[in-house]
Amino acid sequence: MRSCARDPAPALEATGVSLIYGSGPTAVHAVNQVDLAVHPGEMLALMGPSGSGKTTLLLVLGCLLQASAGRVRVEGREIAPLPPAALSHLRLTRMGFIFQSYNLFPALTALENVQLALELKGYDLQEGRDLLHRVGLGERLGNYPRQLSGGEKQRVAIARALAGDPAILLADEPTAALDSANGRAVVRLLAELVHDQGRAAIIVTHDPRIGDLSDRVVHMEDGRILP
Amino acid sequence: MAWLLAWRNLAHDRSRFAVTLVGIIFAVVLIAMQLGLFLGFTDSATVIIRHTQADFWVVTRGTQNFEIALPMSERELHVVRSVPGVAQAERFLVQFVPWKKPTGGDESIILIGFDLNSGLAGPWHLREGHLEDLRLPDAVIVDQVYLDKLGINRIGTETEIRGLRARVVGITQGIRSFTTSPWVFTSFRNAQRLAGLRPEEANYVIGTFAPGADPRQVLATLAQALPRSDVYLSADFAARTRDYWMFTTGAGAAVLVSALLGLLVGAVIVAQVLYATTVDHLTEFGTLSAMGAPRQFIYRVILGQAAISATLGHLPGIGIALTLAYLSQYSAAVVIIPWELALGLYGVTLGMCLLASIISIRKAMGIDPAMVFQK
Repeated sequence: MRSCARDPAPALEATGVSLIYGSGPTAVHAVNQVDLAVHPGEMLALMGPSGSGKTTLLLVLGCLLQASAGRVRVEGREIAPLPPAALSHLRLTRMGFIFQSYNLFPALTALENVQLALELKGYDLQEGRDLLHRVGLGERLGNYPRQLSGGEKQRVAIARALAGDPAILLADEPTAALDSANGRAVVRLLAELVHDQGRAAIIVTHDPRIGDLSDRVVHMEDGRILP
Repeated sequence: MAWLLAWRNLAHDRSRFAVTLVGIIFAVVLIAMQLGLFLGFTDSATVIIRHTQADFWVVTRGTQNFEIALPMSERELHVVRSVPGVAQAERFLVQFVPWKKPTGGDESIILIGFDLNSGLAGPWHLREGHLEDLRLPDAVIVDQVYLDKLGINRIGTETEIRGLRARVVGITQGIRSFTTSPWVFTSFRNAQRLAGLRPEEANYVIGTFAPGADPRQVLATLAQALPRSDVYLSADFAARTRDYWMFTTGAGAAVLVSALLGLLVGAVIVAQVLYATTVDHLTEFGTLSAMGAPRQFIYRVILGQAAISATLGHLPGIGIALTLAYLSQYSAAVVIIPWELALGLYGVTLGMCLLASIISIRKAMGIDPAMVFQK
């Protein structure tokens, strides 16, 4: 586990965040009174058994689910009062998402997948080539997802998440569908991108290799962060 | 990128895209043919009126259409000629009569009798024979479209009209009747005899305005002078005839309803296929939402799919319809597809596809972006 110099202002901060499904005696606390902060240049691994609330917390922090209680701040800005369109804009401009199943557009090439994100964010499409070069796929620009291995697909997904230079990366089980070697390479790449470029990253994972390369590991169980 | 994604989404599943295009082509051909038939019927119903040089028509009061008119006396002709502002007036005859086919059997025809000297009316597009040949007794001119129907194969064929001898002296090309009875042209005098009208009887008086005359004033004077007749400008009489056949009889309405059904069937097919395409790509739309893509981008992708489908479906569809319309000139029911209709139909196709995509947009907009995190 690495250590890093902390910027005093967290990129992403949760204070007393809860997410409750249902009400009364059948209410389920998917996330329960969570306090968490991630700083620029820090890679945080969120680990725990299935159903512990990791992905739900990631969705709350990623402005995709509204917390039932508590406060979420993105780069110091509280998100609760923001309307859906502003939340979408915040996700688009300040966050990059990496999914377990890659979620690439099968009808677009590797380059076009990245360029799509660049266009949405209003960036020069030419940057797509640089991003794919950076993740080691400079020779696979014109390949469709079906023509790429699992590790290569996840690299394209990482390049897409980096489009527009987001301050925060949110990844959900990014190595779950990869073999050991590919998984390790992807984790190293993520760590490099976080540490070298001063981004904040939260990675939901079961993978101990991610824990080893992260700056901090947080364990969750029953919606709570374990001490 | 929205257009690129729209196109790639469609092209990605080629068999489904082919089904979409077949649905749109089917709808375009159906709508184009029905509307083309409607225009063809409209053209046929008024073709004789529009091809005369007459400015106005005097008809027996209450006449609804060109084909069916009661006889009027010669007095009307003299009255019309006496009205100031009338340059020329002649009698005109239209009458359903039986035609004996040389090959056996009878056929109903519409005999058209016109004055050969005035040049106000007569057949056109003569393929064989000469107009002057109609000065011969018993001479008639028929159209090539109806040769089989009339049992004729060449000029000179003799037959009987209402039991009286008649001889084909000319053949025109493409003068179709709206009814099932073919037109047969002859001189006014021949027509009176063949139709069994008295020498002083005719169905119509047609005429032209003198140069500088006020048409409204002349029509008003004619109406006043002919209390048992109606007086129309040629365009108005054509419109009256067209409206009678197209709407009063329900023939036009049936054609228009078929066109509407084509539109509905096409819209349903397109809606179903676009919806299926959208459902296939729900994860991608969810990913776009999760990434924070504006709603307008997703609208553009789905509407782009609809617009591409409309364009690629319309082009072959209208091509097929235009080919069928071209081939119809050799049949009794002509299909007319002017460029305005072809272009307008593109607008209809586009509208149909965009409308059909609304359900897909609702589906895509209803996605919870969090779904893409659920394995």
